[in-house]
Amino acid sequence: MTYYILQNYWWLIISVLGALLVFLLFVQGGQSMLVCVKNDDQRTMMVNSLGRKWEFTFTTLVTFGGAFFASFPLFYSTSFGGAYWLWMLILFSFVVQAVSYEYRTKGGNVYGTRTFDTLLFVNGVLGPVLLGVVVGSMFFGNEFTITKTKLLDVASSSISTWGAGHGLEAIACWKNLVFGFMVFFLARTLASLYFINNIDDEDLRNSQRRHLWVNAIIFVVLFLTTLALILTSQGVQIDDEGNAQWVDYKYLHNYLSMWWNLVFLVIGVVAVLWGIGKTLLDKKFHAGIWPAGLGTVLVVLSLFFTLGYNDTSYYPSLIDANSSLSLRNSSSSQFTLTVMSWVSILVPFVLAYIFYAWHSIDHVKITSGEMHDTDPDDKY
Amino acid sequence: MNELINAVDWSRAQFALTAIYHWLFVPLTLGLGVIVAVMETLYYRTRSEKWLATTKFWMTLFGVNFAIGVATGIIMEFEFGTNWSNYSWFVGDIFGAPLAIEGILAFFMESTFIAVMFFGWKRVSPKFHLAATWLTAIGASLSALWILVANAWMQDPVGCTFNPATMRNEMTSFWAVAASPMAVAKFFHTVLSAWTLGGAFVVGVSGWMLLKGRNRDHCMRSLKVGGWIGAIGIVLTMLTGDSSAVTVSERQPMKLAAMEGLYRGDNAQSIVAFGILNPAKTVDNDEDPYLFHISIPYGLSILANHDAQSFVPGINDVINGVSKDREGNLVNTVSYTERIARGKRAQDAVKNYEAASRTDDKRALDDINKTLQADFKYFGYGYLDKPQEAVPPVAMTFYTFHLMVTVGGYLLLFMLVALLFVYKPKLIEGKKWARWWYILSIITIPITYICSASGWIVAEVGRQPWAIQDLMPNKVAISNLSASYVQVTFWIFAVIFTALLIADVSILLTQISKKSKTDLDKVKL
Repeated sequence: MTYYILQNYWWLIISVLGALLVFLLFVQGGQSMLVCVKNDDQRTMMVNSLGRKWEFTFTTLVTFGGAFFASFPLFYSTSFGGAYWLWMLILFSFVVQAVSYEYRTKGGNVYGTRTFDTLLFVNGVLGPVLLGVVVGSMFFGNEFTITKTKLLDVASSSISTWGAGHGLEAIACWKNLVFGFMVFFLARTLASLYFINNIDDEDLRNSQRRHLWVNAIIFVVLFLTTLALILTSQGVQIDDEGNAQWVDYKYLHNYLSMWWNLVFLVIGVVAVLWGIGKTLLDKKFHAGIWPAGLGTVLVVLSLFFTLGYNDTSYYPSLIDANSSLSLRNSSSSQFTLTVMSWVSILVPFVLAYIFYAWHSIDHVKITSGEMHDTDPDDKY
Repeated sequence: MNELINAVDWSRAQFALTAIYHWLFVPLTLGLGVIVAVMETLYYRTRSEKWLATTKFWMTLFGVNFAIGVATGIIMEFEFGTNWSNYSWFVGDIFGAPLAIEGILAFFMESTFIAVMFFGWKRVSPKFHLAATWLTAIGASLSALWILVANAWMQDPVGCTFNPATMRNEMTSFWAVAASPMAVAKFFHTVLSAWTLGGAFVVGVSGWMLLKGRNRDHCMRSLKVGGWIGAIGIVLTMLTGDSSAVTVSERQPMKLAAMEGLYRGDNAQSIVAFGILNPAKTVDNDEDPYLFHISIPYGLSILANHDAQSFVPGINDVINGVSKDREGNLVNTVSYTERIARGKRAQDAVKNYEAASRTDDKRALDDINKTLQADFKYFGYGYLDKPQEAVPPVAMTFYTFHLMVTVGGYLLLFMLVALLFVYKPKLIEGKKWARWWYILSIITIPITYICSASGWIVAEVGRQPWAIQDLMPNKVAISNLSASYVQVTFWIFAVIFTALLIADVSILLTQISKKSKTDLDKVKL
């Protein structure tokens, strides 16, 4: 494969991981809803339902980071070190999540169940919002410059330079926040669909349908706003010589140039709306998470494609367009991408065993009776 | 400049803090994972309810420990980007690959099958459940493999070449990276040491229960598996420690010299069995390196080179580029003063590359390539002002190395005696002194942790000041961050990790205490 194809292939892998991550954020969405649940039985079922999935989200986030490091190390170097506070807040929120499920009801839990439930809530809100802010900033730009030759200047060797905000300015940007809250309400919408599918309890399903109405409406409004912002936004175009410049309606042009990507977007949106709509209108339909999940994956894939393909900078610099990151100037070498491509052949195998294991665990739905019969140490 | 140094120090402190906490939980996951898998295999073969009860007892403790290991692990991965952004670009082409492979091949395996392991008892067949338990343990070890491949590459950067056009190192051989002698030695030494820790944990907790007179049969079953895994672990850890020493001797002679506090080496070099360093000793004076020491003749030559007459260089020898052959004849190598000069020459060549490339000056480009071929291996020395900057903290390296070796020797004896008592219980049961053995078993748990942490301190402090051996010192690997920012995140991490550690230990102790009071020969599924 040529270097060009390898770079595009690895952007595809990154996009797939990003899309799966956004889908799996239903775990965070569900965590943000636990505080609203007054019924202890229902809360226990919801926590245990989410607790069997949190590691998939966590692992996908770790793999997303690792794959970005391996395939586009200049992004890893520039964004993580530059938007320091943004990434640190994301990390803090995921660290506290990882232990909360395991510790919340265990004997000897010195901080009490309420503390860990609060931490789950914190992760449930901050995780989706801040990850959304990161992706939003990939569309709307960040304040940085890159000078690789600084590596030879021992007194000031950092190749990327950022403003003093170090990521806080990205959080303060209203466009990024719209993106972040759009992801948050998507996560809550998917969470309701997941609970309806995974927990066999009619009262809980009815209450989740009520939540679904509210969250889905807010999500749709925010999604349309985000889409409008993206399609009317400027983007950085890279020419054949590698020179970069800001151009108007770049992402709209990308959709028009890549018609198949527009098809992805439309199918994805229809699938999400169908999953939500059928669940709301047909009380016997519990499988809305699957069309909505697939639709989410397609929509996020479409957004990532328009972000990175068609000679676009996927991480534009607001200060110096030529510092912007593109698939061409930020990727690993051809050799490394080739090696990693061989490894990526195993991805379908990994997805297959995840699906098999998931199915093995989920073919028996969670019930209130099961929760009562389970040893307290064997549940969350 | 002071600001830069502060940011480097705080970033190092933050990474060390994360690594130390991470390594409190990971070795127990690695060791206990295998022990639980062996126990469940025994249950699967015998279908004995007793083995099932024992498996579930240790599996609960495994689960409590697992989550916090995962939590600290994600921080380490992301800190390469957040705090060491120059590093991430300079070697990301090589270093990123093992991290990505870890995620795709190992971490998914671990996190997928751990869900089956904990929630699948009533949902999947016993065979599938057993497979899930083994796959969780294997996934954890595979995860360790790729992380240790990445770490080994930092200690011995192989299979790559520097590209002046992109200002970074690029991979040329994946197998050279994945199967380097340093990676192989590090993987086996580290994972097997985790088996030792898992074994010590099982023996210690069982010892506590026997001390309390609870669940004798369960304890004997646990001791049988834990004792064997711990004993196999410590024997193989020692053997792989030997091959690690040979690799360090070849690739990081400065680290080996620091491990021994050795300033001037010799042929037939002895090894310090016990010693106290002289704090006044530096590379610039002629003070005696030790205030007190007991040495074993030929020991270091045998350890480093498997040859009793071989020469082992000291810190001053490495700096001055002095070595000797087996007969004691002087052999000159590249001194640190020359390395610094050649490193600066390589950096100058890189500085000139862009101009030569722009004008397509083929002669200049040829000269640059020749210089880089000859001198790039000393690239990192070009950032140093004097040879002394390349000497690691000797005292910390020396004491942790000797602590690790001493405790390792103790653990070998301990595990063998533990196994003896399992197979000859009459030797201990009913004896007055038995309680002291059980107390020793409990104390051995933290001692094993100290041994394990000491090994990592030797490996990481002993290679200072390098982020990547010989190519990039820490001060150049850093992100463009204010020291105060990193101070804030350091303290936040310190508070969070400490709070979580307290919760973890408290839950572990409560679970052990509570479950030990129930009849562990029976289980309710």
